[in-house]
Amino acid sequence: MKIYVPRDAAAQGMGADETAAAIAEEAKRRGIEIALVRNGSRGLLWLEPLVEVEVACTRLAYGPVQAHDVAGLFDAGFTTGQAHALGHGATEDIPYFKNQNRLTFARVGVTDPRSLEDYLSHGGYRGLAAALAMQPADIVASVTASGLRGRGGAAFPAGIKWKTVLGAQNPQKYIVCNADEGDSGTFSDRMLMEGDPFVLIEGMTIAGLATGANRGFIYLRWEYPLAKIALEAAIAAAHAADYLGQNIRGSGKAFELEVRMGAGAYICGEETSLLESLEGKRGQVRFKPPLPALQGLFGKPTVINNVITYASVPIILDRGAAFYQHFGMGRSRGTLPMQLAGNVKFGGLVEIAFGMTLRELLYDYGGGSFSGRPLRAVQVGGPLGAYLPESQFDTPLDYEAFAAIKGMLGHGGIVAFDDTVDMAAQARYAMEFCAIESCGKCTPCRIGSTRGVEVIDRLIAGENAAKQETILRDLCETLTYGSLCALGGLTPYPVISALNHFPLDFVKPVKAASASG
Amino acid sequence: MTDPTPRRVIPIKVEPPGSLTPAERATVLAACARLKSMPGALLPVLHAVQEALSFVPKDAVPLIALELNLSIAEVHGVVSFYHYFLQQRPGRHVFHVCRAEACQALGSVALEAHVKKRLGVDYHGTMSDGSVTLEPVYCLGNCALGPSLMIDQRLHGRVTPERFDELLAQSREPA
Repeated sequence: MKIYVPRDAAAQGMGADETAAAIAEEAKRRGIEIALVRNGSRGLLWLEPLVEVEVACTRLAYGPVQAHDVAGLFDAGFTTGQAHALGHGATEDIPYFKNQNRLTFARVGVTDPRSLEDYLSHGGYRGLAAALAMQPADIVASVTASGLRGRGGAAFPAGIKWKTVLGAQNPQKYIVCNADEGDSGTFSDRMLMEGDPFVLIEGMTIAGLATGANRGFIYLRWEYPLAKIALEAAIAAAHAADYLGQNIRGSGKAFELEVRMGAGAYICGEETSLLESLEGKRGQVRFKPPLPALQGLFGKPTVINNVITYASVPIILDRGAAFYQHFGMGRSRGTLPMQLAGNVKFGGLVEIAFGMTLRELLYDYGGGSFSGRPLRAVQVGGPLGAYLPESQFDTPLDYEAFAAIKGMLGHGGIVAFDDTVDMAAQARYAMEFCAIESCGKCTPCRIGSTRGVEVIDRLIAGENAAKQETILRDLCETLTYGSLCALGGLTPYPVISALNHFPLDFVKPVKAASASG
Repeated sequence: MTDPTPRRVIPIKVEPPGSLTPAERATVLAACARLKSMPGALLPVLHAVQEALSFVPKDAVPLIALELNLSIAEVHGVVSFYHYFLQQRPGRHVFHVCRAEACQALGSVALEAHVKKRLGVDYHGTMSDGSVTLEPVYCLGNCALGPSLMIDQRLHGRVTPERFDELLAQSREPA
């Protein structure tokens, strides 16, 4: 009998390793033969460690299971699917899971991420097989037709980027994966790399075939050590079976892939900084043009996309552009793995087609706040995303709809705050973060962020507040229009949105009253 | 001219001076030898040095520069740019406390205060008994189950002050 205990970092953080060890020990003690599979996470994170038992081809969920619950579960007969207070029935019937459109995350939490065999038996490498039978230009056309846009945050159409690289004349081109997922509130890249590393490898291999690049790099943040282990194991397995290497599946085409570790710099999520870092330098932003597509890594034409972008490619090649394009709304096609984070009751990963409203996601999926208090503000799109008040919760999850309210969907991270949040402190933190993480290349970001913290401090202290607010708005305008990249350019989003939607938090007397009340 | 003065030879020290122990030196040299043929080798070399020595000693910088044919300024610039590279020897354990927004929404600001008080140090500081170094981190990718803390390379979620005290006690137990 198979028992699944996730190896995912979030599950591990809640004690999954101890739970797995307890299950193995208890089964041995009772003489019950089990096969323990360390899968990825299903993304129902409030239930982690989520243990699944396979009974008559159905996987039954129990969670959260701590090591001390294990003996009781065995007593209740969970190995044969008997009821228990921690039981949730069939995993795939849990509404949170059932109502999603799992395309990119189809296998995450389902398969054993160490097993190429498992990947293949769940539809893996069908996209590559299709791509190997196509001309590069047709692969690019297919990605373009799918409407896939860069999932890292900037939402640039992937097909157009690939076409530029395909058209560039150079014997050496590179495929680079941006796995420097530094936005607070996001963990989809991590979950995917830990839970289904092969799909990323397959997507990057297809990108190589499509553009004529024979070498790829995954730039991974150091904060994800388990993802590194998972990726390196998968790369070795793919290599051994000729899914990577000098002659991919006998096609005569070559693609080599390696993982490189970042070292804790948020700015390296910006594509040109990332390329500098890969070259072994300080992660300082480059001027554009030249575009990385023409002069990227080591000056060569380079495709640089996010983890989820590459991981969405295999299903597009396998099922066709029209299948993928059919999901979504407006110019936002396909699905986006949203990440419900912060103060929500049911935090986790929700992969859905674009178009659902923020409110539906927060309440129907998220179940409101974790603390039980009313939700007051939500930050969407990471530390550079706007803080939205309740009145904007009906905004549909769509790139253009968010741009229209001066926000951004970014990498799909949603951080909820309850009514104890001090929005002036959040605005101050946004500036502080920019000061800590600025690469220092351009003046508005390097100096403006520090001045921003000081101005907000004076504003909160009530020192000539009206004047400070004018200075702050002016400074934000300078950052927006004068910065070289999105770090300086978008830091004003959280600051100005907090100021516009929650002005009373910046006023001293009210702060004093609420602090004592 | 009689008795020409002998040519003065100014010794050029190829080997950078330093206080690295022979073992540390050998570690740094081995990391360079193993990795220097990689394109963009500096970050992999620094990771290897930190993994082996728990930090990047100041005197490793000129040695790495020499081995990779870079200037000392270039290597120093990279070491000091990235938050992860430690320039001082850390305690036996490194605690990375997440300071980012999703953890703030779950009370990380209070946890942060508790941690600093309990350890008696601020960020980048090491406890007086040398057991723990405290570092900030900006997101550990555990945003639905915060506040988050990473001890060495191991993640912990839903870290309350009480839970922190337990984890600290475990870390300080003699191995």
